[in-house]
Amino acid sequence: MKVKCKVNGLTKVFDCLPGEYLVDTLRKNNYLSVKRGCESSSCGVCTVLLDNKPILSCSFLTLRAEGHEILTVEGISKEAEVLSEYIGHEGADQCGFCNPGLALAVHALRLENDNPTKDEVKEYLKGNLCRCTGYQGQHIAIMDYLEEN
Amino acid sequence: MKVVNKKHPSIDGKGLMMGRKAYTDDLAEPESLIVKILRSPHAHARIKKIDAKEALKLEGVELVLTHKDFKRKPFTRAGQGYPEPSPHDKFVLDEFVRYVGDEVCCVAAIDNETCEKALSLIKVEYEVLEPVLDFEHAMDNKIIIHPEDEIHEMFPIGFEPKRNIAASYTMEVGNASEDVKNSDVIIEQSFYTQAQAHVMLEPHTVNARIDFQNRLVLISSTQTPIHVRRIVSQALDIPLSRIRVIKPRVGGGYGGKQQIHGEMFVSTVTLRTGKPSKIVYTRKEVFESSYSRHPMRFDIKLGATKEGILKAIDCYVVSDTGAYGEHALTVFMVAGSKVLPLYNKVDSVRFHGHVVYTNHTPAGAYRGYGAIQGNFALESAIDMLIHKLGVDPIKFRDINMIKEGETSPIFSIMGEGTEGTAMNMDSCKLKYCLERGAKLINWKNIYPYKQISETKRKAVGTAIAMQGSGIPYIDMGAATIKLNDDGFYNLLIGATDIGQGSDTVLAQIAAEALGCELEQVIVYSSDSDLTPFDTGAYASSTTYVSGNAVYKAAMKLRKMIMTEAANALKVDIEKITYDGKIFKTKNKKMTINELSNRLYYNEDQKQLTATDSYVGHKSPPPFMAGYVELNVDMETGEIEVCEYVSVVDCGVTINPMLALGQVEGGVMQGIGMALYEEVHISKKGQLITNDLLNYHIPTRMEIKKFTTEFAESYEKSGPYGAKSVGEIGVDTPPAAIANAIFNATGVRITSLPITPEKILKGIKERKED
Repeated sequence: MKVKCKVNGLTKVFDCLPGEYLVDTLRKNNYLSVKRGCESSSCGVCTVLLDNKPILSCSFLTLRAEGHEILTVEGISKEAEVLSEYIGHEGADQCGFCNPGLALAVHALRLENDNPTKDEVKEYLKGNLCRCTGYQGQHIAIMDYLEEN
Repeated sequence: MKVVNKKHPSIDGKGLMMGRKAYTDDLAEPESLIVKILRSPHAHARIKKIDAKEALKLEGVELVLTHKDFKRKPFTRAGQGYPEPSPHDKFVLDEFVRYVGDEVCCVAAIDNETCEKALSLIKVEYEVLEPVLDFEHAMDNKIIIHPEDEIHEMFPIGFEPKRNIAASYTMEVGNASEDVKNSDVIIEQSFYTQAQAHVMLEPHTVNARIDFQNRLVLISSTQTPIHVRRIVSQALDIPLSRIRVIKPRVGGGYGGKQQIHGEMFVSTVTLRTGKPSKIVYTRKEVFESSYSRHPMRFDIKLGATKEGILKAIDCYVVSDTGAYGEHALTVFMVAGSKVLPLYNKVDSVRFHGHVVYTNHTPAGAYRGYGAIQGNFALESAIDMLIHKLGVDPIKFRDINMIKEGETSPIFSIMGEGTEGTAMNMDSCKLKYCLERGAKLINWKNIYPYKQISETKRKAVGTAIAMQGSGIPYIDMGAATIKLNDDGFYNLLIGATDIGQGSDTVLAQIAAEALGCELEQVIVYSSDSDLTPFDTGAYASSTTYVSGNAVYKAAMKLRKMIMTEAANALKVDIEKITYDGKIFKTKNKKMTINELSNRLYYNEDQKQLTATDSYVGHKSPPPFMAGYVELNVDMETGEIEVCEYVSVVDCGVTINPMLALGQVEGGVMQGIGMALYEEVHISKKGQLITNDLLNYHIPTRMEIKKFTTEFAESYEKSGPYGAKSVGEIGVDTPPAAIANAIFNATGVRITSLPITPEKILKGIKERKED
């Protein structure tokens, strides 16, 4: 089946199976920043933005992307680079597998709320799991990033 | 110090956040065959027949592999020094399946959908056997999990498969049982720990291809590429020289990738078809069919004088290794060897028991490697003793625990699978850690608890811990450093960065020794063809063992550079001063850029490269005092962790920021094990908590506040005074939290995880008494 959508600002037509999930379509089409971590919408590493709202691409059928705009981290590379400097400053990178999804969620948060409190940030990002860092370094970095950018 | 003991962002962080192709599955050939494994629905069964005819008829199915396709040759999947201290008890595929999720057969097909369809078309006839699911009754059970004759141990590890025993161990100093009996105050208690899951966010992934030299190339998400190469070579009878293993960026491991996973299958598929292939585990497979932490039962007896001097520790342990014995003996031994020396003033200590086979998902390496289990048991029992004696928990520990300059006989008796290595604690700031942590958590004002509302109590608890720095005389690391034209360097290391930041830390050590900026050191790690030997990322070894190798190689290269500078400047070496950038004599100057360009293009042309290696002569332990402040609701049993304080002695921190990340990440996994990560298995042996909806790891909502500090400490055998820090953070939370809950409620929780139900039950029972 054909699905037409925009990815990172460019119009794309994807060939996909009816039951195919967006994470697989994107990875097959070389958007390899989108990771697969679970199949139960639980971990957040497959986060992409659909019309600027975060979705979990492991449980989102590709067909539903028809006519929508998708953003992967390649589409916000400047923001991701700046955020990575804050994360790096706190030593909160570690394995990095969850970071593209986290960067997209932070980007979406900024679009929704230009002055979020600490608790709002935590609440917004709670679906983006990290097993390496203990979260605190990430949290400090994200708060600083939001304040200064 | 210019580069070491400084906060540098990790060298790969930016690229990874920006989504550069870096992980195993990003690097698979686009046309790779998809490999999937048909897994056993039974905990114990014999395969009578596999009918794959229908599957093979399906267009796009390349092959189906069953046990008949493999030579019957036992091996171990544990990535450890060779010969391994784990029993060779696994066949690539076998006629028997020994846990729900065990491998039955494997399919390779052109895409995911075809592969899954093929799996559904394979008909398997099983003779279902009764499983052994209670590890406390596995030993000498009438059901034998490994009756086959070919399996064996590589050297004596107490392997008795006919008794369902994968390994056994006994050590004793003095006469512990007698000493306990004769003590003024005695504690006797059993403790249980659960099969915690690693939950690294990148699932186990490996891909294979044959390169233009007709060699097998594996790209694997592994902690031990050199061990992977050896294990694949031996199990599949491929010469070692025909295999290359590349470890790209790895999305977390924590020990879970210290054993091989799909390597045998993709290797076989690619060798038979000539086509590239790949396998990516589903999350369900990661839970059910990789490895967990070894569940253990500790029967602990402590004896002390009424004045509060600990005299004897007697410890019997049963460990559940599941269906296969990966890391069975060594995890068991670490539960003693990296816990018991904390209390080195005792007259006697005994540590003995068995590691048993069951029909559970196999257990394996997991951060802490037995020490977290042992720490929960011992530090909980110590707390019970403290309360029985009516003494102060911090004072008791201070009097009885190990101090700088001291030793324990356990160091020379217990190694990892072998005898240990005697050592003195040349760096041990545990006393400082204990005292500093108490201040940071505000112990004096809270202990034992404070009523903060009608139903809630705030309490504090503590535990102390130690780990190690590598496995002395066994695990070796090596490094090669190459000077390039224009004066920058390549650092080639076998050491395995799995996200902990070792590439950055090792580059810092090289830069410090060479006197250059960190950016001048380009790191390439873990490629069996291109980087020197290193046993891999485990046993808290990389900073200490591989770090020492990097230091030695860098100093060697620096000497070579100085010799060439003396040649170029035509003076004696002693007449030159060099700051890593400019060589100066009384009246001449030359930069490293000029010297290297001269060496490669103009005069005295030669390549400057230095290689060196290091094997530990001891394993200096990092130490930590952990303190928790938590609230308990006495009506609901609900627990809220308000703060976790860690004060750590890991010698000099090469990168204080990355060291902090190691500690806090470890603490979070320890908190998960203590409070949230409940494991449920059905009566038939099916893991119920096999996805992230049912298995709960901490999210950012549960983590309120971490306070992490490092003691000023210098380990003279370590690179720039460093010890390792990868595991120590995980050890204290279970005991510290259990101790805090006791302080709040008077309820002693002896099995993990600590749930509100268990606390409420305890509170009720106390009221009834």
